[in-house]
Amino acid sequence: MCGITGLFLKRPELRNELGLWSARMLHEMRDRGPDSAGFVVYGEPVAGAKLTLLSETGTVDWGELFASLKSALGVEMSYQTIEDHAVFEFEKDVAADAREWILANAPDVIVSSAGKSMEVFKGVGDPAEVGKRFGLESRTGTHAITHTRMATESAVIIRGSHPFSTGRDTCLVHNGSLSNHNQLRRFLQLQGESFQTENDSEVAAGYLSWRMGQGDNLDAALEHAIEDLDGFYTFAIGSLDGFAVVRDPIACKPAVIAETDDWVAMASEFRAIAVLPDARNANIWEPEPSRVYSWHQTQ
Amino acid sequence: MNDRRNQMTLDMQELSVRRVNQTLRSNGEQAFRILHPRGAHSLACGLNAPLDVSVEGHAGYYCAGMNQHATVTVDGNAGTGLAENIMSGSVRVLGNASQSVGASGHGGLVVVEGNASARCGISMKGVDIIIGGNVGHMAAFMAQSGSLVVCGDAGADLGDSIYEARLFVRGDVESLGADCVEKEMRNEHIESLQALLASAGMSSKIKAESFRRYGSARKLYNFTIDNAGAA
Repeated sequence: MCGITGLFLKRPELRNELGLWSARMLHEMRDRGPDSAGFVVYGEPVAGAKLTLLSETGTVDWGELFASLKSALGVEMSYQTIEDHAVFEFEKDVAADAREWILANAPDVIVSSAGKSMEVFKGVGDPAEVGKRFGLESRTGTHAITHTRMATESAVIIRGSHPFSTGRDTCLVHNGSLSNHNQLRRFLQLQGESFQTENDSEVAAGYLSWRMGQGDNLDAALEHAIEDLDGFYTFAIGSLDGFAVVRDPIACKPAVIAETDDWVAMASEFRAIAVLPDARNANIWEPEPSRVYSWHQTQ
Repeated sequence: MNDRRNQMTLDMQELSVRRVNQTLRSNGEQAFRILHPRGAHSLACGLNAPLDVSVEGHAGYYCAGMNQHATVTVDGNAGTGLAENIMSGSVRVLGNASQSVGASGHGGLVVVEGNASARCGISMKGVDIIIGGNVGHMAAFMAQSGSLVVCGDAGADLGDSIYEARLFVRGDVESLGADCVEKEMRNEHIESLQALLASAGMSSKIKAESFRRYGSARKLYNFTIDNAGAA
């Protein structure tokens, strides 16, 4: 069992509420995943690029890493740290080069996100505490996804926490378990994808990353995923301008979607939606099996 | 139906699920309103008296599970496992219900005025389930006894591995599951369906003659006499 919430705001004037409302939703999903938690927030896109980094051992000297990376890339950068995470921001769009350099030169560092907008934070322990530690309540933006994890296929370590990055400004959270992840991981490795964990959900993320690298858009990549992934899943996927939800062909794992004029929300259970303003008047339904649902910003 | 003089209001902004359920089971009152349920799980579970319980809002998982004698109404939607293992009494949802409505129910009546999702009536053992809208895939999976009435459409694999329950569907059936077949709608079936629709308060709008009947072809392993002694 795991818990998922997703919140997509339709009106710009609500963007200051994104973190607070997402924190309330995350709080309701604590029972479904008390092992660890994580969240992604899509804020105002930067002109260049940004990376969210995570030190698994907590021993990385961010200042030193920052200086080395800056001299290697030769671009203007800034950074801030929060607990065992750091966000590196670049004046130019060097996200891919920066990610590659860090993976090669800083083995203790996990690159949780790369792109223009998304920032990913995750940690082990009580989900509400993880939210507090990383200041979820005060974050602003257009959309956010949270995840609470009850581990089944791999260990309770920070590497196994969701969301998993699936490429530039895209990430995935998963409730369920995949049964063909080892075979699929080997296949994807042969295609050049790299994996940082033994986690089954990371394979799903890698699969989407590979598909989108082949030219699929997000919706098409998800349609292919329904064919190629075997197991139980409800996925929520964040992208630069929106988010998507898909369930396996027999809809083993729960999901509820609700929509008002102001927002679209999805959650593993309705109680995470009940905390949103005007939830009582929302249009509420369960996503059908094998069907991709997606929302995108129109402005 | 309600004796309003003896009605008690339980507000879940102040009370936990456990307190609410304990009050329902131990109090001498006969009628209750539950306010602000906000999708809480296991509401009004295990009732065993002729109470009248009105849930004003959306309920979470297993609402009115194991119900005996009580009448439970949800003015909202209900999550997974509505009235699972119901023995008697009645449970009505005015909105939609999630998967596994009336799972393993032995008796009583479950009415969902909107739609129900996957596995509605799974392993039903005598309960009558009436859905005003559509049901999702694998409705009445391994159903053993009772009736499932679907006023709208049914999803894929209706009645898969069914034993003896009666299935009535007014709209389209996406596909039938293993060993489930369409059967003739005889007068006795129309009469029993009319009674079911009347019990759900739907007989004035919906005619029993507009339904088709489905049930077991009795061809699977358990129906072969050679296998009767198998463990």
